[in-house]
Amino acid sequence: MASLQQRIRSTPARRWGEWLLFVALIGPNLLLFGIFTYWPLIYNGYLSFVRWNFLRPVKPFVWFDNYLNVFSSRLFWEIVLNTLVFTVWSVGLTLVLGLALALLINQPLRYRNAARATLFSPVVMSGAVVAVVWSYIFDPRYGLIDQLLGLVGLNSPDWLGTTEWAMPAVIMVYVWKNLGYAVVIYLAGLQGIPRELYDAALVDGAGPWARFRHVTLPGLSPVAFFLSVTSVLATFQAFDIIKVLTDGGPVTATTTLIFYLYELGFVTYDAGKAGVVAVVLFLIMLVLTLIQVRYLERRVSYG
Amino acid sequence: MALSDELVLTQPVENAAARRRGRRWRAAGYLAMLLAVLVIGLPVYWTLIAAFKTSAEIYGPPTWFPQTPTLANFPAAWNAAPFGRFYLNSFITTLGGMGLEVFFAVTSAYALAFLRFPRKDLVFLLLLAALMVPVEITIVPNYLTIARLGWINTYAGIIIPGAAIAYGTFLLRQAFLALPYEVIEAARVDGAGHIRTLVSIVIPMAQPAIVTMALLSLVAKWNDFLWPLIVTNTENMRTLPIGIYWLRNSEGTINWGVVMAGSLFLIIPVMIVFLFVQRYIVEGIATGAVKG
Repeated sequence: MASLQQRIRSTPARRWGEWLLFVALIGPNLLLFGIFTYWPLIYNGYLSFVRWNFLRPVKPFVWFDNYLNVFSSRLFWEIVLNTLVFTVWSVGLTLVLGLALALLINQPLRYRNAARATLFSPVVMSGAVVAVVWSYIFDPRYGLIDQLLGLVGLNSPDWLGTTEWAMPAVIMVYVWKNLGYAVVIYLAGLQGIPRELYDAALVDGAGPWARFRHVTLPGLSPVAFFLSVTSVLATFQAFDIIKVLTDGGPVTATTTLIFYLYELGFVTYDAGKAGVVAVVLFLIMLVLTLIQVRYLERRVSYG
Repeated sequence: MALSDELVLTQPVENAAARRRGRRWRAAGYLAMLLAVLVIGLPVYWTLIAAFKTSAEIYGPPTWFPQTPTLANFPAAWNAAPFGRFYLNSFITTLGGMGLEVFFAVTSAYALAFLRFPRKDLVFLLLLAALMVPVEITIVPNYLTIARLGWINTYAGIIIPGAAIAYGTFLLRQAFLALPYEVIEAARVDGAGHIRTLVSIVIPMAQPAIVTMALLSLVAKWNDFLWPLIVTNTENMRTLPIGIYWLRNSEGTINWGVVMAGSLFLIIPVMIVFLFVQRYIVEGIATGAVKG
């Protein structure tokens, strides 16, 4: 950039003009971030210290009462556990199945581009509509799963109506929808592994398993790392599938932190507790994002 | 993708036994691929056929093809809710939201890539930091802001809070900086102002990156659920995903054929667009991850 800046003579008037243009071009974007991204952070923090039901004109300051209330309730820890179960299973299944499918599609098979497109298509579908479709599939009497289980003489459980089966159902749909994303990222990673490494391994007499262990896996590790962080972040933000499929239930069986925040804000109208949950969620995700940004920075500076 | 040829060339075929083993592996590969495609495709197929089944068939013994195919579910769904209005709302909020995001990303990226400003790095950081704040945690304060502005149940209320863009700005800045610098410099030396340079040189040259960014934005806006759900409470302002959610709530379990037909209203436009632009979307997503 320096060369242009040096070659075009800079007079004070021109410099001011350029500064003004800079502000005009980037200002609206930053202003919106200020109002709808940074201000909410501060306001969430403020809400977490007051008692308010969104209607009363006064918001009494209650210090850490909301935090104590939230952290001492059994419900909150149940919800934290739900979030963990949902995240660990969803991310684990996505990473493992995604790797297997990417390795498969990376083989010189015919129709693999069509297969990749099919696997990826749920990623671009609306999560809400995917969940609507799956609520029919899970229908214990007329759904697809009941029909398939019927072929082997089994009855379908009441997936969405029982506390034991609701979370597995949500995880299943979530993985079904997002698997294609992992496959595409893994495939990009696989294509980035230098062919010479495989050739060298072949010359050294490495079999398929040894090549996978010592060339493919290490070559994929940066991509797998990126994928695991982004997938964990995504599960923390998963809302539409849960809202449509189970509405957080039965009881609280599929209520995750983000769903709890929604309920506090828009169903039970407890602004203080909503503030606490928003602050907690923000801190968790901030740590995760910082890890990811560090990684991205490194990649960018290499390129 | 000429990858298949490459792989064949690099695989030393030693003898007939190895070739036979290769064939067996290949058969297993096709089988696995078929299985994966079935698992992903079957639910979509199930939706599709249900939309063409009569109620009697849906609630009778299972069938894999509609026995007496009917189109009645589609008008029934269309009349069960104001779907024409939902389409209009979805088109306006999607195109409006995408248009603003693309505009902001292009202008911000140009400023960051080519203009001087004191402590520009801090401005860039301020923009990037917004990536660390997921929209989901801003819903309560943003609802209050939108309510204070009187924007509940308005297009502005749906579009504006999500219109600022950090990731796209980041991607386009990278793309702009990678453009051949001599061309931009030549235009500047010839006396073209910044806006001219942006419109007639930078945008056309960076078109693939801009299209990719626009498509990612398009998909995200079209499918958005949480924010439109919160910020609208009249049937007339619902977008398609919200409309189908309510259709399921009122008709689901008793009228699956109608609900599945309604779902196709939303899925089919996406799938048609996806068929044509699949490559852009897939590459755009992979670029973010692998090339940064």
